[in-house]
Amino acid sequence: MSSNQRVLMKGNEALAEAAIQAGCHHFFGYPITPQTEVAAYMAKRLPKIGGTYLQAESEVAAINMVLGAASAGIRAMTSSSSPGISLKAEGISYIAGSDLPCLIINVQRGGPGLGGIQPSQSDYWQATRAPGHGDLHALVFAPSSIQEMVDMVFDAFDLADQYRMPSMILADGMLGQMMEPVVFPEKSVNPVDKSSWALTGHQGKRAHHIVNSLYLQPDELEKNVKERFERYELIKSKEARAEEYLVEDAQLVVVAYGATSRIVRSAINTARGKGIKVGMIRPLTLWPYPSSVIAKAAETAQAFLTVEMSMGQMVDDVRLAVNGKKPVAFFGHTGGVIPTPAEVLAEIEKMTGGDR
Amino acid sequence: MVTNLKRIVVIVGHYGSGKTNLAVNLALDIKKKTKDVVLVDLDIVNPYFRSADFQTLMEKHGIEMITPTYAKSNLDIPALTGQLDAAICTQKHLIIDVGGDDAGAAALGRYSHEIEEAGGCDLLYVVNGYRYLTRTSKEAAEILQEIQKISRLKVTGVVNNSNLADITTADDVVSTHQFALQTAQEYQVPLLFTSVKEDLAKQVKALMPGQKVYPVKIFVKKPWEE
Repeated sequence: MSSNQRVLMKGNEALAEAAIQAGCHHFFGYPITPQTEVAAYMAKRLPKIGGTYLQAESEVAAINMVLGAASAGIRAMTSSSSPGISLKAEGISYIAGSDLPCLIINVQRGGPGLGGIQPSQSDYWQATRAPGHGDLHALVFAPSSIQEMVDMVFDAFDLADQYRMPSMILADGMLGQMMEPVVFPEKSVNPVDKSSWALTGHQGKRAHHIVNSLYLQPDELEKNVKERFERYELIKSKEARAEEYLVEDAQLVVVAYGATSRIVRSAINTARGKGIKVGMIRPLTLWPYPSSVIAKAAETAQAFLTVEMSMGQMVDDVRLAVNGKKPVAFFGHTGGVIPTPAEVLAEIEKMTGGDR
Repeated sequence: MVTNLKRIVVIVGHYGSGKTNLAVNLALDIKKKTKDVVLVDLDIVNPYFRSADFQTLMEKHGIEMITPTYAKSNLDIPALTGQLDAAICTQKHLIIDVGGDDAGAAALGRYSHEIEEAGGCDLLYVVNGYRYLTRTSKEAAEILQEIQKISRLKVTGVVNNSNLADITTADDVVSTHQFALQTAQEYQVPLLFTSVKEDLAKQVKALMPGQKVYPVKIFVKKPWEE
């Protein structure tokens, strides 16, 4: 098919197809609702194109297979939903500590514990603060449409390769399960040269490469972590992304990401129709966080409202960015309950005193 | 168009081909002319966007609903009740919304014997030419075959439900006619009708003279489209 044609896709399928088109032909996973279609799609497609689909015996095994595949310098990914990501935490830390690129998808559901299978955004802290043990970060992308899911898969792989670190797409059950038209970008994959570190066999012609996260001496480990954090600083200055929607004259700025931002946008459009000056900042990357965009808005806006499908997690980053200059309120639902546009509108009206 | 259908109408197809939205429309339309109508959610694979979401709407119209025990809950257990067995034995009109692909149709296989004994059914295979894995009639026919095999029932007609969600144009629909026709011909079953959102129905009818067009309301919506 011609790649500039629109097709109708479910979020989970689009994530999988985009990964294939981005050159990822190796998938290791374990089924869990609401992301099972990612694995199901890979199981159908990868054998037909000479790739590897492997359903591991557990999430722990799957992420370690990703570590192995990434060590060989190929694009590899895994996908899961909230409880499964917790299981992968150890492997994600090893991948970060070994400076390996890969893609991890989290189609979030309600928690904690087994929680539930309905959509949620309550893994924000986990994704942005501690996707695994130790001093580490993963690049975290937050799509809000199926098209963005496709586009961000390409970016997530590219940046993971460029900075040699894990990328995560933090989606939610709503995005994973819903359907929208998409166009796949006509992109050719630019392979990054991994020959300086990838385990591809030295055939006695060069010194062997070592992929490892164990350091015998504390000062060696500290040096290694500090070098990695210098890279993190560079990433923070270069890669933070956000969309601003009607922020310029906004008295109230709502901050939301993912599916929730679609609900917020709908509420803002209604509010604008009533003459209320309200806008939205929508982080596209959650780590690095677009703090400067929010800090800039804090110069002009009177107040902030963060809306999430959680008890209030990203609101921490909004407060850090606003830095006490303006009040920051929170509204949300958790456990798989989705906020409605009417509820968000009511919060907006409450905070702006009704109109104008 | 819907009045010619058998007492038991079963809707199968690829994931996301639009089975649920069609099922809800058929249930409401059949109810206009028939006393006892039951909408059956037989989806054991899909966690959200399913017939069970429309329980309140169905109740409002006096349509009975049968759903898997834990549908719409936080439990991921595809447990079916005995209600469908009982309903098949009555004279009630059933619209059975089956899960996608052969994975979803596996649950239907469980009822194939009972359905045949009750006089058979109209098994509608819904296609959407804009779905990524069913863009050609060959691909659509492959999935049809897999569904027939596992459901142990024969498809009796194809429904063309090709759409690109809210951005669909009449031309988008019309340009898939050949695809749907070929899919139907592959199995020597009729292309029953083209279902199209009601605001496009007139245009589509004008562009496809002589073809049956079934105008549908869009019930399956995202939270921000309410």
